[in-house]
Amino acid sequence: MSVAVAPVRAVRATTAVNRQTARSRWSRAGYNAVAVVVFLASVFPVYWMISSSFLPTNKVRATTPTFFPGPSDFTLRNYHTAMFDQARAQFFPALENSLKVTLLTLVVTLILAFLASVAIGRFLFRGRRTFIIAILVVQMIPGEAMMLTYFRLIDGAHGLNTILGLGAVYIATVLPFTIWTLRGFVTAVPKELEHAAMIDGCSRSGAFWRITFPLLAPGLVATGIFAFIQAWNEFVFALIIMSRPEAMTLPVWLRTFQQATRATDWGGLMAASTLVAIPIVIFFLFVQGRMTGGLVSGAVKG
Amino acid sequence: MSTIPIVAPGQSREESTTLQGGRRRRRPNLLPHALLLPSLIVLVVLVGWPVVKLVITSFQHYGREQAFGKPATWTGFGNYTKVLTDQSFWQMLGRSFAFMVAAVFFTMVLGTLVALLMQRLSRGMRNLVSVGLLLAWAMPALTSVIVWGWMFDTDYGVINYVLTKVTGHSWMGHQWLLNPLSFFVVLGVILVWQGVPFIAFTMYAGLSQVDHEITEAAQIDGASAWQRFWQIHVPYVKQVVVVLVVLSVIWDLRVFAQVYALQGIGGIAEKTSTLGVWIYSKGTATGDYGVSAAAAVIMVIMMLAISFTYVRQTIEEDDK
Repeated sequence: MSVAVAPVRAVRATTAVNRQTARSRWSRAGYNAVAVVVFLASVFPVYWMISSSFLPTNKVRATTPTFFPGPSDFTLRNYHTAMFDQARAQFFPALENSLKVTLLTLVVTLILAFLASVAIGRFLFRGRRTFIIAILVVQMIPGEAMMLTYFRLIDGAHGLNTILGLGAVYIATVLPFTIWTLRGFVTAVPKELEHAAMIDGCSRSGAFWRITFPLLAPGLVATGIFAFIQAWNEFVFALIIMSRPEAMTLPVWLRTFQQATRATDWGGLMAASTLVAIPIVIFFLFVQGRMTGGLVSGAVKG
Repeated sequence: MSTIPIVAPGQSREESTTLQGGRRRRRPNLLPHALLLPSLIVLVVLVGWPVVKLVITSFQHYGREQAFGKPATWTGFGNYTKVLTDQSFWQMLGRSFAFMVAAVFFTMVLGTLVALLMQRLSRGMRNLVSVGLLLAWAMPALTSVIVWGWMFDTDYGVINYVLTKVTGHSWMGHQWLLNPLSFFVVLGVILVWQGVPFIAFTMYAGLSQVDHEITEAAQIDGASAWQRFWQIHVPYVKQVVVVLVVLSVIWDLRVFAQVYALQGIGGIAEKTSTLGVWIYSKGTATGDYGVSAAAAVIMVIMMLAISFTYVRQTIEEDDK
C-alpha cells in the first residue's frame, strides 16, 4: 500500500511547488512594478524641479511640458537670473545670512548639547528626570503658536533683522532635540571602556577625552548636520524676524520670486529652489540612517 | 550577599560604589549640574520666558497701542471667551482636525504599504525605492511646496497636462488652489509625499525586527498573509505605530510653512488657514495680540495633551 501511495504524494508535492514558484514569480513582477511606481512618484518632483531649472523660458511656459529635455533645451539663464537679477533681493547676501545664522546655531547648539547630554547620559543626579521631561515637553510646544511672542521679545531686545536675533530662536528650537539625540550616543558608549582606561592609569577626565569623546564624534557630526538642516530650511521665523531685504535668509529670498504684481518666473524659481535644496539633500543623505534607527531601537525593544 | 551595590535614587553609580568601598567620602558631585547649566539658562531664557510672556499676554488686552508702549490692561478670561465664541476659530479648528486625520491616515497607510513592499523586494529594487524615498524626504518643506505649486500650475502645470491626456477632458486652466477643498487636496499630496518616507523607513526597520521563525511557523500552521500581518507583525510594531501616529498627528496639526507658502502661490487665506496660520494672521491682521495669544495657549495645551503618551513612553523607555 504504502509503496503505491508514495509516488502520488511526491507528484502532488511537486505540482504544488511549481504552482508556488509560478505564483511567486508573478507576485515578484507585481512587487517590482509597484516599486518602480513608488520610486517615480517620490523622485518626479525633484526631477521636475531640476529639469525645469535648465529649460529656456519658452519651454517652461509651454502648453506641452518638456519631459525629456534635449541638449538644445539646456540653458543656464535661469541660474543667472536667480543669482544676479537686480530687480529683487540679492542671492549672495541671502546666502551669506543663511550661512552665518546656520553656523551660529550649529556651533552654539553642539557645545551646549554636548555638555548637557554628557550630564544626563553619564550621571544620575537630582533633577535629571525633571530635566529630561522638560526637554521632551519643550519639543512639543509648537513654535507656530509662539511667533508673535518671539517677534515682540526680539523686537524689544533690538534683535530684529540681526543674525543674533534669529539665531537665538533657532538655538531654542533645535537645542532640546539635539540634547536628546546626543544623549543616545553618549549612553551607547559603554562605561566599562572608561573604567578600563582608568584602571590603566588614566584620570577620569583623561579617560573621557581619550576614550569616550572620539567614539562620540559620529554622533556630533550627525546631530550637527541635523541642526544645520533645521536652521538652513527654517522659513517662518526668518520671514517675520528678517524682513529687510539685506537681512533675508535663502528661504525668505525664495519667496521674493512670487509677487502678486507679476507672473511667476517658474524657470528662475526652480533654479533658485535647486540652489537652496541641493546642499540640504546632500547633507541629509549622510544622516538619514540615524534618524529612523534611534526611534525603532527604542520603541521595539519594549 | 551584602556586596550587591544598591543605587539610591538621586545618587550617581560611581558615588555609591566609592561609598561602599569606604575609601573616601565624596561631596555630592556638582559636575552634572555644571554641565547642564548653560543649556538650562538658554532654555529658561529662550523658551521658558516666552511661554510665560505668552500666557501673560493671553490674559491682557494687548492691541496696537500697547505694542507702541501703552501699558496693557488685564481682561481676565476675556480673550479666551473671544476666541471660543469666534465662529471662524471653530471652523478653522474643524478644518485643521479634518485635514490632519486625512493626512495622517494616508501617510500611515501608504507608509506601511511601502514598508511591506520593501520587505518583499530584492536588494537592488529595495535600494531603488530607498533612494527615491530619501530624495523626497530630504527636500526642504518650502522648496517642496514651490515645486508642487509649479506642477499644479494653472496654465503650464504638468499635472493639468497629464490629466488632460489621461481623462480626455481639458484640465488646462484648472485652478487647483482657488477652491478650498482642492487646496487641501494639493496640501495633502505635498504632506503625504514628504511624510511617507519617514513612516516607511521606520516601519520597515520595525518590521525587520519581527522574528522570522515565528512568521514561518505561522505560515506552516496555515496562517494567511493577512492573518500573519495582523496577528504577528502588528502586535510586534504596535509601539512604533503609536509613536508614529502621535508624531504625525502633531506634525500635521502644526503644519505652518506649507500652508502659508501655498496660500502665497494662490489660495483664499480665510478659508484655508489651519491652526498656526490662523493664530498668526489673527495677531498680525487685527493687531489683537491678546486674542492671538489666548488661541496660541489653547494650541499649546492641545499639543501637550496629544503628545502626553509619546512623552510618557519615551521617559519609561529611558528608565529601563
